[in-house]
Amino acid sequence: MSATALDQSALRQEDSFIRGLRNRHRFGAIWKRFFQGATIFGLIALILLTFNVLNRVFGYVAIVNRIEPSSLSDRPLEELSAEELGVILIESAGASFNPRIGLANLIPGGLGTQNSNYIANRDNPIGELIPNVPAEYAAIPLGEITSEQATTILSTIATKEDLLDLVKLYVVGEKVGDAWSLTESLFNRAAIDEYAAANPNAKIEFRNWLSLTFLSNRMSDNPLVSGIRIALLGTVWVLVFTILVAFPLGVGTAIYLQEYSTGDTWLERVIETNIRNLAGVPSIIYGLLGLAIFVRTLEPITQGRTVISAALTMSLLILPIIIINAQEALRAVPPSLREASFGLGATKWQTVWRSVLPAALPGILTGTILGMSRAIGETAPLVIIGAATFIATNPDGPLARFTVIPIQIYNWTKDARPGYGEVSAAAIVLLLIVLLTFNAVAIYLRQRFRRALQG
Amino acid sequence: MTAQVQQVQTKTGRLTAYKQDAADQININRRARPFDDFIRALLLLAGIVSILTTIGIVIVLGNETLLFIQQLTPEGEPAVTIGEFLATTEWQPVGYKFGIWPLLEATLMTSFVAILVALPLGLGAAIYLSEYATRQVRDTLKPILEILAGIPTVVYGYFAVTFMTPLLQAIGGDAVQFYNTLSAGLVMGIMILPTIASMSEDALSAVPRLLREASYGMGATKFETISKVILPAALSGILAALIVGISRAVGETMIVALAAGAGPNFTLPPNFLVGAETITGHIARISGGDLSYNSIDYNSLFSLGLALFVFTLLLNMLSRYISNRFREAYQ
Repeated sequence: MSATALDQSALRQEDSFIRGLRNRHRFGAIWKRFFQGATIFGLIALILLTFNVLNRVFGYVAIVNRIEPSSLSDRPLEELSAEELGVILIESAGASFNPRIGLANLIPGGLGTQNSNYIANRDNPIGELIPNVPAEYAAIPLGEITSEQATTILSTIATKEDLLDLVKLYVVGEKVGDAWSLTESLFNRAAIDEYAAANPNAKIEFRNWLSLTFLSNRMSDNPLVSGIRIALLGTVWVLVFTILVAFPLGVGTAIYLQEYSTGDTWLERVIETNIRNLAGVPSIIYGLLGLAIFVRTLEPITQGRTVISAALTMSLLILPIIIINAQEALRAVPPSLREASFGLGATKWQTVWRSVLPAALPGILTGTILGMSRAIGETAPLVIIGAATFIATNPDGPLARFTVIPIQIYNWTKDARPGYGEVSAAAIVLLLIVLLTFNAVAIYLRQRFRRALQG
Repeated sequence: MTAQVQQVQTKTGRLTAYKQDAADQININRRARPFDDFIRALLLLAGIVSILTTIGIVIVLGNETLLFIQQLTPEGEPAVTIGEFLATTEWQPVGYKFGIWPLLEATLMTSFVAILVALPLGLGAAIYLSEYATRQVRDTLKPILEILAGIPTVVYGYFAVTFMTPLLQAIGGDAVQFYNTLSAGLVMGIMILPTIASMSEDALSAVPRLLREASYGMGATKFETISKVILPAALSGILAALIVGISRAVGETMIVALAAGAGPNFTLPPNFLVGAETITGHIARISGGDLSYNSIDYNSLFSLGLALFVFTLLLNMLSRYISNRFREAYQ
């Protein structure tokens, strides 16, 4: 009797345990879904980010002209010579084109849009604004120059590229009326047709914003002809000087800390801790440091807001990345390699230079590439030290004014006028392609490095 | 050398004399080569550059902040006092009003939203990758998340302006302004998600297998093992990840410069749907224009930079302290 009761209570207990276990497992399964979902969220974010950019690179665009280019010449404007473009400009002077504002277009490293360029510089002598102006006009302030004088100066110093820009901007008055993304172009034709009906003079065409002309053109106030060339060259110049400074300093520090330092002296400990701290300093702080030291204090050497100031700022920023990665690469070199070298009677430096460094080189290069991709994408410090917003000429050395691709993306993204979101997207795709290439090389090197040390 | 010695021995037998010569040539007590010392000094010099960087940051920020405090209004009164800087809620350099709170509030708001997104999702992804995913899945997914970490912040800014803000406006209607801290915060959350995920994953994988096996042996389910054994064991590593995440959110510039707003705006209670300028956003906007040196605007930027530097430095040091203590626990 009592035995059965016991059995039953045990059964009940087991029954409730099984039910409880089932609940516990169900509870765990729900959480597993959440963990999975969190991981998938990251993937979706990446896909959305890429899609959102690519979607804006292709699509229909409505181009609105004040005057049809065909009424100016029977050939396409791009094929005209500098003289012919000059004639078109002079003929329309006074009507749609103000030569003084056209002249303001040529000021290197100006303020942005051409009109604000003119307004900001009205009182300055033209010779100070544009270096190669003929001497007889150099002392006249920009605002007081006559139309005829301005036309003469333009025809002597403007390049064909300048003149083409001016004709398109002021005579043809070409601008983007509206632009549609790829999905809108494919699935929302109604909106485009509606726009076309409301603006009969608008020319609607399908456009690939990341074209070869986008790569080769300089920046312009007109998103249709605006390009990335000057910013791309700026990125290359800044990157080259950044690496020239950061690579020897970074690798040198890493060698010292890893091969020479015993970690006993206070100086060695301070350097080590300091590098970890520097790695966490927000990039904008490096911008303030660069502004105060390289742009201002060292102005006699760096000439202010130039490529070299930007490169020095950037190299301080990526120094911790290079050091930490190079240290790791050196640490991975087996001690037997060093011992063998010492055993043959090599000195410390001979060992480091001939045995340790060659073995660690792929790892060091991987870290350097990671630092470089950081330098390519970093924007904030260069905004702070004052990258130019508008430059019409290629940067030609360490003392040139500069802009870089991310700065260009920043400026175009800030601009709400139609067409700017699209050129910005094209620049982003270019930037991402460059970064992806760099990272692919880094991953390849890392794998080769691993195999070499194991084999 | 040995070959020479043998040669000498066999040819002439004057071994003793030669040994004497050799001993004169090789003096083991001689100092190492001067070239090696020179290289060593050069390398040390490279290391010192990083210390100079820190010293440079401290001097520049400190010096300009001192100049900022010493600035006078046209009436000859001090333009700013430390009390005013820390306790008032209006930032208007033109009117000599320098209260850090509107900027600080926007920084805290965007960072708060970012952590709200990045902590649960980042930790969730870390748990999935370290505890549930097979090796193959982990090896595919981890590099993809790392790509997310390598995307430049200005691209995230573009994403905030062209995707997140229109999305929020479609949901919230007119209440959502074009510039708003919510959009910037959400996108910033996506940006720091991989950082938190990757650091937390390291912390979780460092928990010894013994602990897991003991827990299974006691009859715990997988989730119970994770929530009651592994997470507490990895807590300090996860905390360190969280703090690094906060520090990155506070120092982030481009997303907030593009999406959060272009003017200081103090709201009480905090309104996430309207524009407000963060500390970093303000520094970027003001220094981007034509700024004259020694003006009070210029000096004030460095005082904001100093506040930012000290805050992020403390966070990073705290994070390292916590993760170092954690490492000792298992050794």
